[in-house]
Amino acid sequence: MAKTKVLMTGNEAIAEGAVHAGCRFYAGYPITPQNELTAYMAKRMPKVNGIFIQAESEISAINMVFGASLAGARAMTSSSSPGISLKQEGISYLAGCQLPAVIVNIMRGGPGLGNIAPSQSDYFQATKGGGHGDYHSIVLAPSTVQECFDFMEIAFALADRYRNTVIILGDGMLGQMMEPLQLSVVSCQLSDKNNLKTENRKLKTKKWALTGCKNRKPNIIRSLFLKEGALEELNKKLQNKYNEIRAKEIRCETFNLKGAKIILVAYGTTARIAKGACVKFKKYKLGLIRPITLWPFPEQIIKNAANKAKAALVVEMSAGQMLEDVKLAVEGKIPIEFFGRMGGGVPTEEEIIKKVIAL
Amino acid sequence: MKKIFGHPKSLRNIPTHYCAGCGHGIAHRLVAEVIDELGIRERIIAIAPVGCSVIAYDYWDFDCTEAAHGRALAVATAIKRVRPENIVFTYQGDGDLAAIGTNETIHAANRGENITVIFINNAVYGMTGGQMAPTTLLGQKTATTPSGRNAKFEGYPLKISEILAVLPAVKYIERTSLSSPAEVIKTKKAITQAFKNQMENVGFSMVEILSPCPTYWDMSPKQALDWIKDVMSKEFPLGRIK
Repeated sequence: MAKTKVLMTGNEAIAEGAVHAGCRFYAGYPITPQNELTAYMAKRMPKVNGIFIQAESEISAINMVFGASLAGARAMTSSSSPGISLKQEGISYLAGCQLPAVIVNIMRGGPGLGNIAPSQSDYFQATKGGGHGDYHSIVLAPSTVQECFDFMEIAFALADRYRNTVIILGDGMLGQMMEPLQLSVVSCQLSDKNNLKTENRKLKTKKWALTGCKNRKPNIIRSLFLKEGALEELNKKLQNKYNEIRAKEIRCETFNLKGAKIILVAYGTTARIAKGACVKFKKYKLGLIRPITLWPFPEQIIKNAANKAKAALVVEMSAGQMLEDVKLAVEGKIPIEFFGRMGGGVPTEEEIIKKVIAL
Repeated sequence: MKKIFGHPKSLRNIPTHYCAGCGHGIAHRLVAEVIDELGIRERIIAIAPVGCSVIAYDYWDFDCTEAAHGRALAVATAIKRVRPENIVFTYQGDGDLAAIGTNETIHAANRGENITVIFINNAVYGMTGGQMAPTTLLGQKTATTPSGRNAKFEGYPLKISEILAVLPAVKYIERTSLSSPAEVIKTKKAITQAFKNQMENVGFSMVEILSPCPTYWDMSPKQALDWIKDVMSKEFPLGRIK
């Protein structure tokens, strides 16, 4: 049977992808450019016996996700940059309590109220922790509307597998853009796609969840550990978990790397533009590395590619945030250049090539 | 012989960390007794606040979670929506419920969430060292109002129960105190009502309990109880508010 395609915005595709992945609790607060997602959930959740709440603030929304998650539901919230800043407290608590949750950030220009144009300037916040304490969220960066849908399945599976927060990091362009997509996972690039699917379908009872202490000892969800050494123990456990995630969950797309003289490194919307530049300007022998997981970061893949290339150009809609991770990965082996637009500016293929020529 | 009094099953038999004369121990026990008497221990999901009673889960013997400071009612909202068959309650202090969490409190109440709120008002931040609370009385000396609360700069004691009572979705609010055995019995009745309401899907129910903090009121336990009776309950009148 031929799969029919539908036309959706990235925001709607994320919402439908979440429903497809078993998300049954959504709380959100209006903020542009992610409003289509919240509106879609308001209509869609009741149809699948799910719960939709328009929260009184971003802070309440993330804490509702905290409550839904500890009660055993697959739960999600979404927002855009200023709203995501408000959610950092809640994300830190989710990390401390090891509760699974999915948080969508459709980034807009900042700092402050900024504007509502696309941006990638929340990379540091998403990949380095964001709130207080030593923790990491897994960060997935879709670059097409199809991936917006597909990645939700991975996001919820990883969240449950590791009892960890997963951030979907998109931008205003991806959220607002309409593209045809298939409403079944097609582009996961998962080494363990089948395992994830089984995990998602089973939705095993979460033994740690609060459900009432019938026929078992009471469960406690907490991130406060006052006894000497107890919090250090929790932190060691968390770091072990993060190391396991680093070892197993890196996802990355490479394009045209064979024989490439210059490597472009970009993610999300910017990666699509960079890919366009690779195709359009063949004579410059450009290859592309597109990290799909921004945390854990595909250091090794970038390092290996750097050994074979002349130089690398990092392209972002920021002042150069992922740039730092690329530099750490390459360890000075080849020159790293940067091209970025800020405050809502979007790089063009021509601008990228100009920069390549100047290398 | 029939046993007519014992240790509540919902309360672990261990000493608490609370100061001498603190009201939390009594309030914890009342909640545990009510839960036992209503036979709902295995359905309970409790939310402990940030404050002196943050480790209430060390004392209660049923499912419990922490919430970030002020966020208990957002957390409780989601738990109850996801698991309507469970009995969900928050236990919050004045700073948690009526200062940093005012937004969460008002909106959970306004949505008419079918949850039970145990609100401990002791007119002071205890855990952090006795700072001014939203409910601190005028003239009351605290770490951050060393000359006493002055309405000109710090405003007036916030009567959150009266504020919530005007909301149509709020079904039950009663203010009680722990100042004497008679008041403790009234408090237990109010807590019972607030839980029964949830079991019968009545809607948002809250009991505000005036509770002693001798340490940060700089009083003996006996003086603190008398102060509730003679001073605090003049500012915060006891009885059914809604």
